[in-house]
Amino acid sequence: MTTNFTRPEIEDFLFNEAALLDDWKLEEWLALFTDDARYLVPATDLPKDAPPEGNLFYIADDYFRIGERVKRLMKKTAFSEQPRSKTRHLVSNVRVFSQSADHCVANAAFITSRAKGGNVDLYVGSSEYTIVRREGALRIRSKRCTLDMEALRPQGRISIIL
Amino acid sequence: MSLLQEKILLRVDQERKLFKVPRVSFTSQEVLEAEREVIFNKCWLYLGHTSEVTKMGQFVTRTVGGRNIVFSRDMENNVNAFLNTCPHRGATVVRDRAGVAKSFQCFYHGWVFGIDGGLKSQPGVESYCESINQNGEVDLPRVPRLEEYRGFWFICFDKEAVSLFDYLGNAREYIDLVVDHSEAGMEVVGGTQEYSIRANWKLLVENSIDGYHAATTHASYLDYLKGTAGALAAVPLKGFGVDLGGGHAVIQYSAPWGRPIAQSIPAWGETGKQDVDRLLAGLTERFGEERARRIALTNRNLLIFPNLIINDIMAITIRTFYPLAPNYQHINGWALAPIGENEWARNNRLENFLEFLGPGGFATPDDVEALQQCQTGYDNAREAAWNDISKGMGREIPAMDDEVQMRAFWTQWNLMLSNSNNQD
Repeated sequence: MTTNFTRPEIEDFLFNEAALLDDWKLEEWLALFTDDARYLVPATDLPKDAPPEGNLFYIADDYFRIGERVKRLMKKTAFSEQPRSKTRHLVSNVRVFSQSADHCVANAAFITSRAKGGNVDLYVGSSEYTIVRREGALRIRSKRCTLDMEALRPQGRISIIL
Repeated sequence: MSLLQEKILLRVDQERKLFKVPRVSFTSQEVLEAEREVIFNKCWLYLGHTSEVTKMGQFVTRTVGGRNIVFSRDMENNVNAFLNTCPHRGATVVRDRAGVAKSFQCFYHGWVFGIDGGLKSQPGVESYCESINQNGEVDLPRVPRLEEYRGFWFICFDKEAVSLFDYLGNAREYIDLVVDHSEAGMEVVGGTQEYSIRANWKLLVENSIDGYHAATTHASYLDYLKGTAGALAAVPLKGFGVDLGGGHAVIQYSAPWGRPIAQSIPAWGETGKQDVDRLLAGLTERFGEERARRIALTNRNLLIFPNLIINDIMAITIRTFYPLAPNYQHINGWALAPIGENEWARNNRLENFLEFLGPGGFATPDDVEALQQCQTGYDNAREAAWNDISKGMGREIPAMDDEVQMRAFWTQWNLMLSNSNNQD
């Protein structure tokens, strides 16, 4: 079996992604994605493999809309996140599944906390990534965050990036 | 005048054209208890859509008006609504969110009920008297009233309530405008947005039919549309608000965004335009030009008193909510779409929905924030006691960004709570 992608390499990459999000360096975060990337968060009552086509998700961004999401969050008028909430993305249980010469599928468990306005909310789930290597650097081609929650309660919104 | 009635008194000055709502209405536990008693226990409440129970034996469980309800279709093709509690000792009988079943078994002592709610068996039946179920006392309890209007099923906990048809009154016309999108009928799309807001439920009533807040609260969403090539048609944001009576209200308006039925935007290209033209032609054939254009080219944010919103905008959402505390509510949101819509239109519809309507979108999170900021502001209610919803008062035709629709809600709300006090 080829091992073009090792777990430590993927872990370092995902830990760096988490740090960029917690530091609100969203443009740098966006640069981690390929230009055909997707970022998905299904509704919590959908089957695990439900596609965004024909189903209602919380987030089903293509690369254009990931970029617009970043642009919006950097504005003063993104009121939900202005003033900024404090977040911490914990990434764990990283496993690398199928891999080929140019890409791999990796899975990570996450707990992300968001503190604002006297409330601390936790988002818990697992992220499935497709990661590619482009000109020597790792890039995300897809990130699908499946929430291990029965509903978006009491969080009420996914105004941060998971 | 009772204390509560005094507390919630609206300040309405027809001469000066002022309409003020006391902020204690959003913060008081006593008000919430009164609302449960005289509003949620008396009004028709939205349960679900026909498309969620199309097959015999199909069921959905959900919370409506604080009760756990089983919404199901039985083997005789009747739609039912049961209180999800075992007549024996009270445990919840149906514990799956949704599914298809021939019977329901309570796992506590093993009582079995048919999908029509009738008791089928009890372990140790020989130890019970023969007449234990002679009047159906140990069947799954039915919700007192269940009625449908054009695919929308409602329940009511008041046996004496007027029919749903009469209750909906002038709002029926606006439900018709949604249902008439498609000859094949409408369906709820897979996936429910179940979220919460740390704010009073009446703040979401107001927000869901508020044409005034978009320019500021949703500035970043509007920037997104403006910055996206071809996302906007050359159509102004313009329309009016109507008090439909009974607490129901609506705003109807034209808007520059794309509507899968049926207003195209340049970004949808020639194919999109042809598709939309074809849909509009179909509507014109069915309803004539005037009504077809109303269905296709105007948007509506509709409130069915007390807690159902049907917004027919860049997509269609059904939204309902219920207070768990004065400052906390649960919300369920669904996407409604025409059955048999082509893939292209369905995908555009869902994209539109996600961009604007969902709690992961580019607009709703800012609504959530605004409502929570209002609720926080009400900490000061003792000294700063009044909300103002006077905008457009006295105008013959209030604009879509006036507040007549909110005054309609509050007037009915106040009437119901005040009447209850008079009976004390």
